[in-house]
Amino acid sequence: MKRALPWIVPLTILLLWQAASQFGLLADQVMPPPTAVAAAFWRVSRSGELLHDIEVSTWRAFAGFAVGGGIGFVLGMLNGLSPVSEKLTDSTLQMVRNIPHLALIPLVILWFGIGEEAKLFLVALGVFFPIYVNTLHGVRSVDRQLLEMGRAYGMSERAIFWRVVFPGALPSIFVGLRYGLGIMWLTLIVAETISASSGIGFMAMNAREFMMVDVVVVSILIYAALGKLADSVARLLERTCLAWNPVYAEA
Amino acid sequence: MNLSIFDTVPDTELRVSSAGSAVSLRGVTKAFGAQTVLHGIDLDIPAGQFVAIVGRSGCGKSTLLRLLSGLDQPTGGTIEIDGRSSGWRDRTRLMFQEPRLLPWQRVAANVEVGLSHAPRGADRRRLALEAIGQVGLSGREQEWPAILSGGQKQRVALARALVSHPRILAFDEPLGALDALTRIEMQALIEQVWQDKGFTAIVVTHDVTEAVALADRILLLDAGRVAMDVAVDLPRPRRHGDPAAAAIEGRILDRLLGR
Ligand SMILES: Nc1ncnc2c1ncn2[C@@H]1O[C@H](COP(=O)(O)OP(=O)(O)O)[C@@H](O)[C@H]1O
Ligand SMILES: [Mg+2]
Repeated sequence: MKRALPWIVPLTILLLWQAASQFGLLADQVMPPPTAVAAAFWRVSRSGELLHDIEVSTWRAFAGFAVGGGIGFVLGMLNGLSPVSEKLTDSTLQMVRNIPHLALIPLVILWFGIGEEAKLFLVALGVFFPIYVNTLHGVRSVDRQLLEMGRAYGMSERAIFWRVVFPGALPSIFVGLRYGLGIMWLTLIVAETISASSGIGFMAMNAREFMMVDVVVVSILIYAALGKLADSVARLLERTCLAWNPVYAEA
Repeated sequence: MNLSIFDTVPDTELRVSSAGSAVSLRGVTKAFGAQTVLHGIDLDIPAGQFVAIVGRSGCGKSTLLRLLSGLDQPTGGTIEIDGRSSGWRDRTRLMFQEPRLLPWQRVAANVEVGLSHAPRGADRRRLALEAIGQVGLSGREQEWPAILSGGQKQRVALARALVSHPRILAFDEPLGALDALTRIEMQALIEQVWQDKGFTAIVVTHDVTEAVALADRILLLDAGRVAMDVAVDLPRPRRHGDPAAAAIEGRILDRLLGR
């Protein structure tokens, strides 16, 4: 009974939605009924079109994430550890951070056209800042007393990094990671919707041209599912890596 | 690791003199900017002695310990350990007021931190388990520090300090944050490992009773100078409420409170 409780509201909404379509309260061109959406899902999966588009979008998302997140992580570590590096780059980065990366879309299209680079660039740029800021914050908030203990006990600089600084910064890095994943999907949706010749966003825009509202709804749901999946994997990783922390320990 | 030497020497007297280091300070000063914290300290601590340092807050106790454990360098004067003025850092260990365990490492791995200077290998784990046994935490090797009590964490910190068999063990108010009962247990444990191992013990404490209960000798630090140097010639184990101890305690307190 307890486990069924959270499902009651969504199921009721689904039933009401189906009923509203059935009794003609909801026009199909506005919102097709759940059964039609399910049928559309079945159709595009069978043709292989869906799988291909998911593949393309996922690749774009994670390639951009790897580039932007990687640079953000390295710079965050560097600026957290080296005051010189921080003085040199941090204020510049903080200024650039104020520009919403999606505002660059026209410029990016001018530079790269509507090719893959444009989408990679936007995703990388969007993901960079949350990872950078949270890595930097994580390194800065590492317990000074632990650093002093490491030195007093003869740990090498390398050992101090891998056994004190990195694990100490990890909780904050995970915050950046999960936030970055959210930005990654959001950026990709916008970029693919504006300009693409493949991917889930393209599938949606293509379906819109042919007034296939059911396929549009399918693409939206796929985006939601992918976002949820990525977040769940990140959470699982977080729980495993931070098992030492009572906050994350499984009850 | 030369621990096997100590383990096979049966004679307690011999063990004491071979396991502890003699400390000698000559005109040691320490200044932070314009503020001079230690003013030319001269001090000789024989190998294996248990010294307690008491004094008002801010009189330079922690600063002195940091110099003795090689964490800081004196502004002037020399520190010699076993007659050597350098290269002795590995012989000393410092225990802090807080346990300072790595929360993301289990108990055994935390104790192995004490062997950072030694080569990796199975030996490390064996020595760590041995030290954990010495502080009475056998069976807790695979716990996270977060689930241990304050006293247990401080025991792990003690094991981490002991595992490298230091010749000098310095404690900076190690029991200050513990409740009264745990304190007494920890005092007994520190006294016992000191008697077992024979290292030179230097304990900073704000508790004069604790100093009298544990130490062979009590130094009172005042404004960066040794203001009082009292021998505590009482037989061990010492009992709480011994009148001779109370007399020593009274003398030191009088001086501390400026009476
Ligand atoms: N790293 C430091 N920089 C500047 N001043 C310091 C530093 N460490 C200690 N001091 C000063 O030295 C004095 C003695 O400090 P400390 O040795 O910690 O005292 P105690 O441990 O006896 O309470 C204090 O006035 C403190 O402000
Ligand atoms: Mg202090």
